[in-house]
Amino acid sequence: MAHGAGGKASRRLVEGLFAPLLFPGSEEPLGDAARVAVNGASIAFTTDSFVVKPLRFPGGSIGELAVNGTMNDLAVSGARGCAMVVTFVLEEGLATVTLESEVRAMSKALERAGVIMCGGDTKVVERGKADGMYITTAGIGSPLAGVTVDARSVRAGDKVLLSGPIGDHGITILLARGELDLEADLCSDTRSVLPMVEALAAECSPGIRWMRDPTRGGVATALNELARDCGLGIELLEEEIPVHDAVRGACELLGLDPLHIANEGQFLAIVSPEYASIAVNALQRVVGGEEARIVGQVREEPANAVLVTTPYGGSRIVEMLVGDPLPRIC
Amino acid sequence: MCLAIPGKIVEIAAGQNSVGIVEVTGVRRKVQLGLLEDDIPRIGDWVLIHVGFAMSKISEQDAIEQMRLLTALGETEQAMEEVCGYGVENVSGRDGPSRDWPEQGNARSGA
Amino acid sequence: MRYVDEFRNPELIRKASDEIRRLADPGRHYRIMEVCGGHTHAIYRFGLKDILPANIELIHGPGCPVCVLPMGRIDDGLAIAEDPNIIFVAFGDMMRVPGAHGSPFEHKARGTDVRIVYSPADALELAKKNPEKEVIFFAIGFETTAPSTGLTIMSAMAQDVRNFTVFSNHVTIVPAIRAILDSPDMRLDGFIGPGHVSTVIGCRPYEWIARSEGKPVVTSGFEPLDLLQSIVMLLRQLDAGEARVENQYKRVVPWEGNRAALKVMAEVFELRPYFEWRGLGFISQSALRIREKYAQWDAEQRYSVPETRVADPKAAQCGEVLKGVLKPAQCKLFGKQCTPEHPIGALMVSSEGSCAAYYNYEYRKSLVTRIDPVMSTVA
Repeated sequence: MAHGAGGKASRRLVEGLFAPLLFPGSEEPLGDAARVAVNGASIAFTTDSFVVKPLRFPGGSIGELAVNGTMNDLAVSGARGCAMVVTFVLEEGLATVTLESEVRAMSKALERAGVIMCGGDTKVVERGKADGMYITTAGIGSPLAGVTVDARSVRAGDKVLLSGPIGDHGITILLARGELDLEADLCSDTRSVLPMVEALAAECSPGIRWMRDPTRGGVATALNELARDCGLGIELLEEEIPVHDAVRGACELLGLDPLHIANEGQFLAIVSPEYASIAVNALQRVVGGEEARIVGQVREEPANAVLVTTPYGGSRIVEMLVGDPLPRIC
Repeated sequence: MCLAIPGKIVEIAAGQNSVGIVEVTGVRRKVQLGLLEDDIPRIGDWVLIHVGFAMSKISEQDAIEQMRLLTALGETEQAMEEVCGYGVENVSGRDGPSRDWPEQGNARSGA
Repeated sequence: MRYVDEFRNPELIRKASDEIRRLADPGRHYRIMEVCGGHTHAIYRFGLKDILPANIELIHGPGCPVCVLPMGRIDDGLAIAEDPNIIFVAFGDMMRVPGAHGSPFEHKARGTDVRIVYSPADALELAKKNPEKEVIFFAIGFETTAPSTGLTIMSAMAQDVRNFTVFSNHVTIVPAIRAILDSPDMRLDGFIGPGHVSTVIGCRPYEWIARSEGKPVVTSGFEPLDLLQSIVMLLRQLDAGEARVENQYKRVVPWEGNRAALKVMAEVFELRPYFEWRGLGFISQSALRIREKYAQWDAEQRYSVPETRVADPKAAQCGEVLKGVLKPAQCKLFGKQCTPEHPIGALMVSSEGSCAAYYNYEYRKSLVTRIDPVMSTVA
């Protein structure tokens, strides 16, 4: 199970098994989407699968995640998603009305995101498998002019930008499962981040070094991957990281770190220092980007690691997640 | 051990004093009050929650006193003595036996 | 967050840290043990070691109930739970702790019904909602948690719930502290006393440490200002040559403890003659088992328990790290064979175990020579 959680084990699976066999000879660090040349045109291409329990939760559902998730992978790779395909794996006995509401949700999400669904496939598996349904989407996109996303271009002194408050999605899901008997006025932040990425591209494209959407494994995992890929250190200023009160309360109660919690409507960007304030202002002007902040910077040391510093001079390393975040009582 | 968080009692289950709802910055949870049966909390009280049970009522007085002591740290000797005076008052009975410093300075081995 | 944020005020933290520097005698090396795993976690989480002077050494104590749980007990609990009719329920902390045949999560992957709860009360609810199954609640924790388990057992009796049992691994803190002080390699100047255990047992149980061992004890809260204030109070005593028990965590800890909670504990539990602690060996009168009156809710009575004994790998130095004799990084397996991803010893599995806390929050800081300019120099 740990291999699907987005953290260390996932990374080892991809790097150790998939990459050498499926894309041998590739020297680039793994990104959120691939660039493929087709008759001279460069196309961004990505896929993602969506497994979530419960299927519907405050703020969204699996269908919306499936659309927004792939749009976001394309966006943070520096591309505007233009078409998707979808596959459904459905559990035998799934209520038609459930399937119908997911498809409706996807249709609305597609419209909001400004992307078309142009095909798909459906399979049914036995009762007891697929948790109701699994959805996979694959998407293609056209590269945004002037934007290159490459961990190797990151330099010490670059700033870390975060588009908004973290932890909403993961905590919403945790609470929606009902095992912990907690209630809060929270909803998933699932949405397309393309409008914010486009705003960034419009005003600071030369300054964008790298972007990622911190989904499973949270900001900590995404930035640890970056630190490894660029060989530098990332410093986060704890008091700058936006977290909604209810997310904070749930994390304190359960002993979780918001930095490890999944997000479905946020992204991180590394921006050169000259463009940093232009970038954060550009994001804040986009509807939904009002809480964007500069939350840290890149530094030489500690190399390959992410450090969180407090306003009073203390610091701690934040590691990549091992498996899913678990509530604790100790 | 022992992750425990302060929360405010926002509801007490009708008819039984031993279950309530506690709130921590907008997150609500059922809380068992049976361990505080000697001093049942009321709505608006703050309690310390551990594994869904209220362990102790939080004393606002003591919290204020603590902040005062901390704020006074590093100030002049006179201010320190003045602040120490608050401790001897034993505001909540949580100081234990009398804290007259000169008398207590000899708890060494062999007692 | 009220009663939390005030105690994380940066200005006041700086003041407290300045006061610590003022009080700490530069000619002296202070060795202070924080007993409680929650304090270990807090120290690392808030980066407090960065703001303490180099001559104050914080040594991590054995107050981590997951860390001191012998592997055999996990195996016993999971062996009972292999029956498809049984639901094994535990706190999240237990899910990745390895037994000889895997952790609860690994058992779950192999088909055992394993669930996480936040509260023992939720485990009882699960039993009520699943009358055709049997629920075993794998209980861990010191005196902080035992009364909650106890009250839940009393509720089970009051509501006549017949499909709920508890596998009790509750342990008591004072014997662990005694084991530390009895250890010949141990030299300590004072203790940061466990904060939340003390909400139940009060501060009196530590008086023998001050009286007979001549070491000051300050019962401390868990926020940065609590820990720093406790260190101030310890330094004041040490500099004056005093040894007393003091209560820094007054807003929460009553000196006499929680009478109702102690009553519940005494009603439901009795002390086992002895119990094996991982890393510390057998300690008498140090653990709780369920009384005969509640035998119907005692998993050890209802089911046959294999009483597995699993020795720790010889190379693992958990015992010495647990006792504070060795630092995590001094264990030969640390960071190599033993990491949070593949823990060999339980100190690496529990997030408040000294090894895991050090690995997750600090270890890589030690691999660089300086971290500046935001924080003070790491020696």
